[in-house]
Amino acid sequence: MTAAPDRAALLAAARAVPDPELPVLTLGDLGVIRDLRVAGDGTVEVDLTPTYTGCPATAVIADDVQAALRRAGGYQIRVRVRTVLAPAWTTDWMSETGRRKLREYGIAPPGPAAHAGGPVTLAFSVRCPHCGSPDTREVSHFGSTPCKALWTCRSCAEPFDSFKAI
Amino acid sequence: MSSVRTLPPLAGYALALGDDALILAQRLGQWVARAPQIEEDVALANIALDLLGQARTLLSYAGTVEGVGRDEDDLAYLRDDRDFRNVQLVEIPNGDFAVTMARQLVFSAYQYELYAALKGSADPTLAGLAGKAVKEVAYHRDHATQWVLRLGDGTDLSHARMQAGLDQVWPYIGELFESAGTTSQLPGVAVDPSALRPAWDSYVTEVLSEATCRTPEPRWRSRGGRDGLHTEHLGHLLAEMQHLHRSHPGATW
Repeated sequence: MTAAPDRAALLAAARAVPDPELPVLTLGDLGVIRDLRVAGDGTVEVDLTPTYTGCPATAVIADDVQAALRRAGGYQIRVRVRTVLAPAWTTDWMSETGRRKLREYGIAPPGPAAHAGGPVTLAFSVRCPHCGSPDTREVSHFGSTPCKALWTCRSCAEPFDSFKAI
Repeated sequence: MSSVRTLPPLAGYALALGDDALILAQRLGQWVARAPQIEEDVALANIALDLLGQARTLLSYAGTVEGVGRDEDDLAYLRDDRDFRNVQLVEIPNGDFAVTMARQLVFSAYQYELYAALKGSADPTLAGLAGKAVKEVAYHRDHATQWVLRLGDGTDLSHARMQAGLDQVWPYIGELFESAGTTSQLPGVAVDPSALRPAWDSYVTEVLSEATCRTPEPRWRSRGGRDGLHTEHLGHLLAEMQHLHRSHPGATW
């Protein structure tokens, strides 16, 4: 007989799963694990919110969370991953650690999302993650994944990805 | 398989919005490896991916509400053109880049107002999707706006082609704002499309005026997409989109 799974330990295990596209970040850093409950029959239910509705990494993330929870809670446990759309994910949920890790990885972290989502083009300068210069420009709103935009640095001339504030 | 006409109103509504997103995603995907710049390949593929994500949520929900066991794949791959409820605007061929940008401006400005209003829907699934999608569509609209400004207020050639692109898509905009039967049966849940027109007009008119383009005055207009009446182009698009699934039913990998 095994003891009922421990919610806090399972939540920590789910949050420690690396993002498949940006492995420097954990799901906890991204803020996409919204809740975890252990139901009366022992089923572990996780609420996962996608970063973008069409993000292809969402299915992989759900599989990775299932596997991590079985590793942490025992292979007999039942896991159900629910996709939750509301409240909509925002980059404001990204942790400070996550922002620091992104910068070290060469991706500019997102600015505050309050000014995003409106008709105004992003006006705030993005600092180059390579040389730290604020003298940068956006090349395209859209980058290698839905969550990133393509930028270039005028000081060191390096191109870089910038995480879009959303 | 039940005809689209017998769907419950909520399923029909979700299907109409989902079909718009699905068909435009397929069209935009045709630009990949052919866009004028590699950044535009990436941008149009990203926009298509956002639309596909919205379509998956809406088609899955339509299937759940319908309640006869059809999932997103059944709805996307196993319906014929007469059962699609999208407006004709999204199915017409891409044309040149200016035609595509004209359509992107028109459609993203419409979808922006639609989702902003649908956020307040009494239906939690539709409201949840809208709250998320409106943030994605804000980027689509900004992308199209920047191109219309750049081409319209650019060289003589780019201006002429931008204007021609606008002229080509304008006959199709009326369908976006038509109140279909389903929306009036869903008070508080569906958004009345005609109510979106003033905000759309004011946004688009301002962009066109800044782009030094005139608002086209078409002499004809499209009708019937929401009732399953489509141009000849939709059948060809579906043949390409559905072929693999229909040739290998139930295949997985």
